[in-house]
Amino acid sequence: MHATEALEEAGRLMIVCNSCRYCEGLCAVFPAMEQRRFFNDGDLNYLANLCHSCGACFTDCQFAPPHEFAVNVPQALARTRAESYAAYAWPKFMAPVFHENGWAVAFAAVASVAGFIGLMGFSIAPRDIFATWTEPGAFYRIFPHAVLAGVFGLAFAYAIVALIMGARNFWRDIGEPMATLAQPVSIWQAMEDAAQLRYLDGGGDDCYTGRKTDRRRLFHHLTFYGFALCFAATCVATLYHYLLGREAPYPIYDLPVVLGALGGVGLTIGPVGLWFGRWKADPVLRDEKSSGMDRAFLAMLFLTGVSGLALLGLRGTPWMNLLLTIHLGLVFALFVTMPYGKMVHGLYRFLALVRYARESRELKVQE
Amino acid sequence: MANASKSYDVLALGGGNAALCAAISARLEGASVLILESAPEFWRGGNTRHTRNMRLAHDAATATLTGPYPEEEMWDDLLRVTGGQTDEPLARMMIRQSKDMLEWISAQGVRFQPALGGTLSLSRTNAFFLGGGKAMLNALYRRALRLGVEVRYESEVIGLDIDAGRFGSATFRSGAGTDVVNAKALVAAAGGFEGNFDWMAEYWGPAAHNFLCRGTKWNQGSMLKMLLGQGVQQTGDPTQMHAVAIDARAPKYDGGIITRLDCVVFGIVVNQNAQRFYDEGEDLWPKRYAIWGRLIAGEPGQIAYIIYDEKSANAFMPSLYPAITGNSIAELAQKLALDPAALTGTVDAFNAAVRPGTFDVAALDDCRTEGLSPPKSHWARRLDQPPYYAYPVRPGITFTYLGVRVDHDARMLMADGTPSANMFAAGEIMAGNVLGKGYTAGIGMTIGAVFGRIAGREAARHARD
Ligand SMILES: Cc1cc2nc3c(=O)[nH]c(=O)nc-3n(C[C@H](O)[C@H](O)[C@H](O)COP(=O)(O)OP(=O)(O)OC[C@H]3O[C@@H](n4cnc5c(N)ncnc54)[C@H](O)[C@@H]3O)c2cc1C
Ligand code: SF4
Ligand code: SF4
Repeated sequence: MHATEALEEAGRLMIVCNSCRYCEGLCAVFPAMEQRRFFNDGDLNYLANLCHSCGACFTDCQFAPPHEFAVNVPQALARTRAESYAAYAWPKFMAPVFHENGWAVAFAAVASVAGFIGLMGFSIAPRDIFATWTEPGAFYRIFPHAVLAGVFGLAFAYAIVALIMGARNFWRDIGEPMATLAQPVSIWQAMEDAAQLRYLDGGGDDCYTGRKTDRRRLFHHLTFYGFALCFAATCVATLYHYLLGREAPYPIYDLPVVLGALGGVGLTIGPVGLWFGRWKADPVLRDEKSSGMDRAFLAMLFLTGVSGLALLGLRGTPWMNLLLTIHLGLVFALFVTMPYGKMVHGLYRFLALVRYARESRELKVQE
Repeated sequence: MANASKSYDVLALGGGNAALCAAISARLEGASVLILESAPEFWRGGNTRHTRNMRLAHDAATATLTGPYPEEEMWDDLLRVTGGQTDEPLARMMIRQSKDMLEWISAQGVRFQPALGGTLSLSRTNAFFLGGGKAMLNALYRRALRLGVEVRYESEVIGLDIDAGRFGSATFRSGAGTDVVNAKALVAAAGGFEGNFDWMAEYWGPAAHNFLCRGTKWNQGSMLKMLLGQGVQQTGDPTQMHAVAIDARAPKYDGGIITRLDCVVFGIVVNQNAQRFYDEGEDLWPKRYAIWGRLIAGEPGQIAYIIYDEKSANAFMPSLYPAITGNSIAELAQKLALDPAALTGTVDAFNAAVRPGTFDVAALDDCRTEGLSPPKSHWARRLDQPPYYAYPVRPGITFTYLGVRVDHDARMLMADGTPSANMFAAGEIMAGNVLGKGYTAGIGMTIGAVFGRIAGREAARHARD
């Protein structure tokens, strides 16, 4: 007996797949499944978070519907995964945010941008909104650095705490000992797997539609590394500010700008590719209920990237102040919604890969 | 789309491994090719969609096969399982050609698992399809379509126009009606008749209706019947079939691999009367699993029950349906609708006959019964640790042997021994030439791929000349 219908179906399918095992070469899910004979809810959540929904095991399945065994692993695991995000949310009362996630994130974004525009109204005179400022420290005429650092520091700290608590819930649910997190080999293996999206392709070129590649890996890389570069740009700028006393905006050739620009490009193109990739994928593989969450996350990343690039391109023009405000509003919203949206997939999948690394290493030793 | 006014160089009938290999091979020789497949698109590919691996001879390890598997060893294996019912020159030719098959079929887009996969003990002799047989089929269809082969689904062939060993045209179902297509050469690759219980009943009597078909219902053997009925020479024993014990709860068709049970050696097997009927520990399981279908076919009601206890609960590969459990043998018997007293008696007698020994399922161990008939020669351990478990089992048909006779060019031979002008065959429909009886894992796909490739090539050459 499993806790929900989605888990019930995932449990049923894992029994089918475990007696078949034809898909064992496709990704990490099947080898992980083969190490078990019985599947409790934690096991199923673990397997669900190992799955990328590449679809290979659906096209390859002789028991897919209309066969009476009705095997659709990508969809069952997508549903389970989506439910698991809500189940791990911290604090608990935030779990419902996952149910109407598209609207919740959209609301957060609008509220946050509006809030920043309101703040701008406080700190500068209305006639200065379209003023052209170019000197170092120009950004901070609108929002004093201390205020920005404080507000974003808090938002970021909250996000990190909430994510860690969610991670803790996941780790407990799957029943993995804390000691695994202290194994550098497992962590390193998981980092390698995650960094290259090793299992995204269903063991080669056999993505659902049979095209040679659906470019999902490329667009995901653009998105993820774009995000990482933007984050790096922020870190470097923070160091400049506190260690070197150099204030933004920085010249175009300087490290924060170069990193931010490259990251912004990735963050703009990547989500667009992923968005349209989703449209092309067959709905039969998807969990329809979580498409709002997926799109909201892609939209947020895209808007953050685009507003950042616009800010870069139009700084020193009368548009700078407004763009800066909008960009900051979006980044703020991105931070606070991080623990309550699609962002968590990266965290749970990474942790699932850590456990997988531990399990497969131990299996090899036994053999 | 195909239509009667259009004529093709080569017509491939069937939609599994053999038909696809033939179609691709013919197309690579430049022929225009049409495939007629009776199943709808999802169910295309007959029993090929249920397969997992292919047996291939090779002189040195490859990325997908460990160790060497020399031609001579593969021949010895074939000779052993068929008990000599094989056409030696033809079989040796097939084995020789299997050495190129990995390369050829990979070039068609079929992908294989790396040799050191988790549970694969056969990785020296057999190459495993990445994602299984359906993935393999998807790759072959993709390749065929890209090369320009035409495919028609839901197009069961119901008539062949053959005159003195020369094929002219085929009639097939098309929507609500029928259609006719002409071709210069024919490759028949429509599988066996394991989906046709009425036909099996001709040899097995009404018992056949209690069998289950592990594969597709589309393999009705109609093509085989048409060919044999029009003067093509027969090969293989019609009463022979590869049947294993599968879960009795499996669907009538297409239960595939997941209903198989590998637990006979861990317990005892009783019939409807709660009586044992064969030595469950005669030999290692891989050597004996294929006899149990026939054994059960001979028991009343064509049903039997594998019974084991807690000791063995997790000792074998999991299968689809859960075991039926009971805290005592009598309770288990009740759930199975067997006579509790009779089953308890059988288990008690078995337990009393078990001699002490050291259990080792990987070897012919010394755990056996004494003074029991039939004996259990190995792996006999008392059934004394509740809960007790049971699986109801029936014969599940995998493969049939009756087929058409072919020569080295996969060309059909007529009843009088003369070669047909333009008819070729590949796959299970001619497997009986090399596999008169018995089975060795992966050989079905070897037969389909090697003879399919030859048949396609020869058919294309015939069409060209
Ligand atoms: C569960 C299971 C697992 C197996 N695993 C393996 C394995 O791992 N390795 C192995 O080597 N073998 C395996 N086999 C055996 C293997 O499936 C067969 O040997 C193989 O599929 C035969 O290939 P084929 O192309 O000749 O026939 P099939 O693959 O059965 O294809 C026959 C085709 O002909 C079509 N057809 C039939 N009649 C007509 C008609 N009148 N007109 C048009 N089309 C028609 C059918 O629809 C079907 O598409 C397995 C079999 C089963 C049941
Ligand atoms: S998805 Fe289908 S083919 Fe793959 S392991 Fe599961 S049951 Fe087997
Ligand atoms: S959808 Fe892809 S990642 Fe998920 S289980 Fe299937 S093959 Fe693995």
